[in-house]
Amino acid sequence: MKKFLLSLMCVISGLLFGALILKLSGIPAFEAYNIMWNGAFSKPNYIAYIIIRSTPLILTGLSVAFAFRTGLFNIGSEGQFIMGALTAAYFGFIFHFNPWIQIPLVLGISVMVSSLYGGLAGFMKARFGVHEVISTIMLNWIALYFSNYMVMLEGFHKANTETSEFIQPSTSITFLENWKNSDAGTEWFSHHEFLSEFFRPPVNAGIFIAIIAVLFVWIILTKTSFGFKLKAVGQSLEAARYAGINVNKKMTQSMMIAGGLSGLAGATHVMGVSKNVAILAAHEGYGFDGIAVSLIGSNSPFGAAIAGFFLGALKYSGQKIQSALEAPSEVISIMIGAIIFFIAIPIVFEKLINNFHKLWEKK
Amino acid sequence: MKDLIFLFSTTLMYSTPLIFTALGGVLSEKTGIINIGLEGMMTMGAFIASLAALKSGNPWIGLIAGGIGGLTLAILHALASIKYKANQVVSGMAINFLGSGIAIFMCRLFFEGTSMTPPLELDKKIPAFFGQYATVYLAFFLTALVWFVLTKTVLGLRMVSAGEHPKSTDAAGLNVSIYRSIGVLASGFLAGLGGASLSIAIVSNFRPTLISGQGFIAIAALIFGKWRPVQTALACLFFGLSQALVIFLGGRENIQISSQLLSILPYVLTIIVLVGFMGKTTAPSALGE
Repeated sequence: MKKFLLSLMCVISGLLFGALILKLSGIPAFEAYNIMWNGAFSKPNYIAYIIIRSTPLILTGLSVAFAFRTGLFNIGSEGQFIMGALTAAYFGFIFHFNPWIQIPLVLGISVMVSSLYGGLAGFMKARFGVHEVISTIMLNWIALYFSNYMVMLEGFHKANTETSEFIQPSTSITFLENWKNSDAGTEWFSHHEFLSEFFRPPVNAGIFIAIIAVLFVWIILTKTSFGFKLKAVGQSLEAARYAGINVNKKMTQSMMIAGGLSGLAGATHVMGVSKNVAILAAHEGYGFDGIAVSLIGSNSPFGAAIAGFFLGALKYSGQKIQSALEAPSEVISIMIGAIIFFIAIPIVFEKLINNFHKLWEKK
Repeated sequence: MKDLIFLFSTTLMYSTPLIFTALGGVLSEKTGIINIGLEGMMTMGAFIASLAALKSGNPWIGLIAGGIGGLTLAILHALASIKYKANQVVSGMAINFLGSGIAIFMCRLFFEGTSMTPPLELDKKIPAFFGQYATVYLAFFLTALVWFVLTKTVLGLRMVSAGEHPKSTDAAGLNVSIYRSIGVLASGFLAGLGGASLSIAIVSNFRPTLISGQGFIAIAALIFGKWRPVQTALACLFFGLSQALVIFLGGRENIQISSQLLSILPYVLTIIVLVGFMGKTTAPSALGE
């Protein structure tokens, strides 16, 4: 509870800081926030977009948070996301099963590949003492160029584009994808305005997968001895080793789970939204945003869910001030930076709370 | 011969921003403060340098301004991690978001909503001598300087001892916070120079994808170089060489290697070297505390 309050205070301070920046740049801050609020929640399709945006962020946030609990800093979420996305796009294209087999199969392979990819960093740390920060930075770039290579591969590359072929319709997890535009669908939606607007964006099963993942991580961390051991390694390596926990194995396992979660983010993104992968000039930032989500959610699974949704809303609505006020939408990055900065200095806020308490008692 | 010269000069060119930034990282981490915010500081430096060079018409003012741009973010990092005992990794990540956010935000304010600065005229860029930008020479000079300061001067030895044994340094009557602040601030200034060496020398403008991960590569280089200035600079040259190889081999008709696969090479090599030859890492003992 105290952690939640602290995070909330940091978020509010970050938003205030953003307002200050806008004000100093001669942009009406109150109006900007108003536009953002309306741009986020005033229409059903806005909410749908936010849910779509949040899904990968919740999953990468979960991935980073999970590794953090074992004392590992998973900067590699970015690369694991790419591996998951690439695997889903590839097998989603070459397999032709019916959806009930195809979807779980493609998801499963994607999670497996990305989990091995994440586990590699954990293994190298455990076996060879290679710091996970440096190995995952390298692995991020390897994933990016490998994905670019695969996209251009004969048979997978979509001619005259910078992208791969689209996945088979049977791989899609988007809701009502074909029905939406069929005669029956158009007819039905014309009588249901709210749902019609809500389902216009590519709403997909990803959010349910993300929620299941949140519960899965919560159960591992709080209800199993495996999770207890992971946390023990995170809190004190030496004490855990002394207690007879196989520390090296736990590091690898932790990174495997973290990798799988990030890969799931990539796979659901491909299967629900993008339907293919494209040549990347630079990292897209899903993994780095995951770090922000994890930190804002104080490294807890439910925290990551809330923070992921918050960040998704912020990123989606932030675009709208650009067109309405010509206010640079990068103010969102500044806000996120400020929030994380405040989270880094909890002492300041704890002092504030204490002083407030004292004042209260004097009265 | 022509090929060798091409390879050599391209290597130097691509190593320079990394050398500046990684040296900054060495200075900060030697005093015990993890600086994962180098990426943000570089981005800030790149933008401010471009802005100042455009407005003043003088690349040297641009270069210094770039350093100061990085320095301002370093002040935040120093404040958080030294005064308020912040988690340094978290604070550094905050700096990364702030750096790119503020740089592009300001860019849009100054240049009518675009996220790129207009290009500098050729004669307003950092001048080149003997085919290399002046920043290349500066980077090597700074490598020697950082080495000299850290190993031969009282200031440097005190900085190192603040990173190795903060308690005994304190007991010896020295103010650990001051030496750590010097390290962090210097790292910001150098990372700013690193960003500037990209935006006003190697290319002629700032754009959002300009830095894209080089700050993190600089961190990799300094771990690779075992926190020693000269080895770190060599690690940067290694990264520069592999980038140069990609360009060199990519431009040949008779060699059929996918440029994408080629681009993977430096990162794979780094991992192999780390796994095979690194041995135990020798980070400053009080790093991150």
